Amino acid sequence: MTTLAGTGTGTRSRFEELIAADERVEPRDEMPDAYRASLIRQIAQHAHSEIIGMQPEGNWLTRAPSLRRKAILLAKVQDEAGHGLYLYAAAETLGVTRGELLDALHTGRQRYSSIFNYPTLTWADVGAIGWLVDGAAIVNQIPLTRCSYGPYARAMVRICQEESFHQRQGYESLHTLAHGTASQKAMAQDAVDRWWWPSLMMFGPPDSASTHSSKSAAWKIKRHSNDELRQRFVDLCVPQAEVLGLTLPDPDLRLDEATGHYRHGEIDWSEFKAVLDGDGPCNRQRMERRAAADREGRWVREAAAAYHAKRKGGVPT
Amino acid sequence: MSEATVNARPENTAFDLWEVFVRARRGLSHQHVGSLHAPDAEVALRRARDLYTRRGEGVSVWVVPAGAVSASDPGEKEPYFTPARDKEYRYPTYYELPREVRGL
Repeated sequence: MTTLAGTGTGTRSRFEELIAADERVEPRDEMPDAYRASLIRQIAQHAHSEIIGMQPEGNWLTRAPSLRRKAILLAKVQDEAGHGLYLYAAAETLGVTRGELLDALHTGRQRYSSIFNYPTLTWADVGAIGWLVDGAAIVNQIPLTRCSYGPYARAMVRICQEESFHQRQGYESLHTLAHGTASQKAMAQDAVDRWWWPSLMMFGPPDSASTHSSKSAAWKIKRHSNDELRQRFVDLCVPQAEVLGLTLPDPDLRLDEATGHYRHGEIDWSEFKAVLDGDGPCNRQRMERRAAADREGRWVREAAAAYHAKRKGGVPT
Repeated sequence: MSEATVNARPENTAFDLWEVFVRARRGLSHQHVGSLHAPDAEVALRRARDLYTRRGEGVSVWVVPAGAVSASDPGEKEPYFTPARDKEYRYPTYYELPREVRGL
């Protein structure tokens, strides 16, 4: 195997031995700075995605079509907050504070998944997000339950268990719409048309252009390439769309008889780049909402801090 | 956001870190499930319930200040733990028994 930590001396570090033996790295183990930095970047971006991801669906909480759907959606949005917390806690084991990570999000030094910069225009979008966006997230995240960093892998186990409900509730909701009135079916189809391509982009740039993949693979943070995971997702979705009675908006989508895989058409990577660079439909709106939530919740955190100081016998600042 | 808001986050760093343990069912021991920040034990317990037991994962929760946990040094793992492995005679598989004997 290749030298990971750049020792170049021919002797393997304890870290390299752990990785080679497919064991987990734990917070107090020695690890290369680049491994630590790479994990902080990835886990933080993941955590930010969870809490920003509350916004598109939160948009429909007060307008859910029934009490049942509303209770389901509330539980789902609450889960996303919980996922954010598991992940921030995992990142903190690497020596950063939650405050630093949130500041990095608010100042744009760290990002969240570009998928959350698309708007939720109709109720059917909630279903499409559950089926496609959470479905893509699950395909991405299941291999992360075996990633080399213990706290991240353990957080992913909990998250994957909960995501399964997210995906199924979305699929059920879309299925109900797709078998309802003609206009309900049209609404479901429109949502799928708008979320399909951005969902494929969630797996990141093609392998030929991915900047982080090779190192992450050597460190066993990432166990499958972007294109492999995207293919797995497409293969799962095509028959699921057929059961829904909806179509996927890709005229080039076809079954490759030789391999048994569904081949999709060209992805518009210029759109992906534009959304990442801040020019998606909702980038500014999402960041403004996050900043407002942070600002409006500040008095609560301050009150809790004052109470904490008082209980500790110190003077509140 | 302005720089002024960015750096003003003393309220988060002030909170203690707590380790959370959940007993899944009666008869099982408490198991470590993760950690969280809270100003005191009471709030830590409530947050642990909200964060780690939304789907009936447990019947009992412990929270322990992370600072109260003393841990062995991962760098000392070999000298600290290997001696036990040298003593093969502590394992049942060490002993050779007559082939015909049963129930041992």
